[in-house]
Amino acid sequence: MIRAWLLLALLLVFVVGLVWLFTTPAKVSAIELTPYAPDLDNGKTMFNAGGCASCHAPNPKERNRLGGGMALKSPFGTFYSPNISPHPGDGIGGWSEADFLTAMWKGTSPGGLHYYPVFPYTSYQRMRLSDVRDLFAYLKTLPPVEGKVRSHNLPVYLRVRRAVGVWKFLFLDGRQFARDPTQSEEWNRGAYLVTGPAHCAECHSPRNVFGAIVSTQRFAGGPDPEGSDGWIPNITAAGIGDYAQEDIVRVLESGDLPNGDSVGGAMRGVVRNTAELSADDRRAIAAYIKSLPPVEGPTRR
Amino acid sequence: MIRTVLAMFTLALWTSVAAGQSDPVSERKSLMKGNLEGARNIVKMVRGQNSFDLEQVTAAFEQWTDTAKKLPNLFPEPPAQGTKTRALPKIWENKADFEAKIAAFAKAVSESRDKAKTLDELKIAFPPVNDACVDCHELYRRPQ
Repeated sequence: MIRAWLLLALLLVFVVGLVWLFTTPAKVSAIELTPYAPDLDNGKTMFNAGGCASCHAPNPKERNRLGGGMALKSPFGTFYSPNISPHPGDGIGGWSEADFLTAMWKGTSPGGLHYYPVFPYTSYQRMRLSDVRDLFAYLKTLPPVEGKVRSHNLPVYLRVRRAVGVWKFLFLDGRQFARDPTQSEEWNRGAYLVTGPAHCAECHSPRNVFGAIVSTQRFAGGPDPEGSDGWIPNITAAGIGDYAQEDIVRVLESGDLPNGDSVGGAMRGVVRNTAELSADDRRAIAAYIKSLPPVEGPTRR
Repeated sequence: MIRTVLAMFTLALWTSVAAGQSDPVSERKSLMKGNLEGARNIVKMVRGQNSFDLEQVTAAFEQWTDTAKKLPNLFPEPPAQGTKTRALPKIWENKADFEAKIAAFAKAVSESRDKAKTLDELKIAFPPVNDACVDCHELYRRPQ
């Protein structure tokens, strides 16, 4: 009998240990980084493609002041975007390059805590090493903004950051972007931008009960995660199949929709980002979006 | 007799006025539809898909002028639960800002309406109006 209990206890310890191991926040080591001369222009492109300003610059007219503090409502609670300006104490001024890579690829803070996946590292993990390094160098050139941001407003059970490790174990695959050699250069550039920095699927996909993207319905739209009762449009061919590549380019350039209307809501902020990209990059994004096979999204109540 | 007619007339007037006031949601929806119609026509001209048509331009600006006049009274209170509307509750939380946005739209329309007599003029006159629409829709209109 005692032996059975002992065995059970051992098993329990083993399982707990395993879970602990699996939920340990992953880091990128500084030793892996070779010396590098960053390309600031490309860093700026990544900044605009990545939509950093949408969540971290409270004033849309001062896209470079990344003081954060903007509320993002979700079914799990309200998140407040952190200060990512290069302020030494309040922002990321004290971060090393490895800290930044760790945040972008692994979703782990310099202090070794899991970030909540409201920070779209599920997409940023696809980014190329050089692009992340360029982005970091570019962010360092922006003005430091003073001010610590208030903490997220979440239910108690979600404040256990370690639990995010389980989420990551299930939903963070750790894969970087892989090009498709059968497709054109333009398509591949678009695929990289859309699935990596621009993280389009993060809003344009339905999410499951854990708040992870339903992978079979990626890009097929769904309920507005901010709880407005609104609907985020399906951007596969099932939703915008009648858009020409030019139409999508125009949306990204000016926000003008083919029906004469303009995009509103959060997409307006996205357009402020994509409007700053090169015409070639907008064409590339449009080429990839245009190629998305028709997928039916969830049905609206 | 005359009393009955008068009573009926008053009643008819009262109900029509009441009906007009009691349903600001459908009134603003039909206004917005008309606004979009005008914008769509103009966008097609600006892009060179349709030829310039002064009559359509004038009609669009008249429609927008009418809208600008009516909008301040069309958002009296948050809609009841279950109402089909894209007007976000934020409107009533930031009423002053919302009204400022309507005023900006009215200003853009009135400043541009007489400066769109040719295609080249229209290309300059239309964007400020469009920007005013977008400025408000960004914050106060629900995604689809």
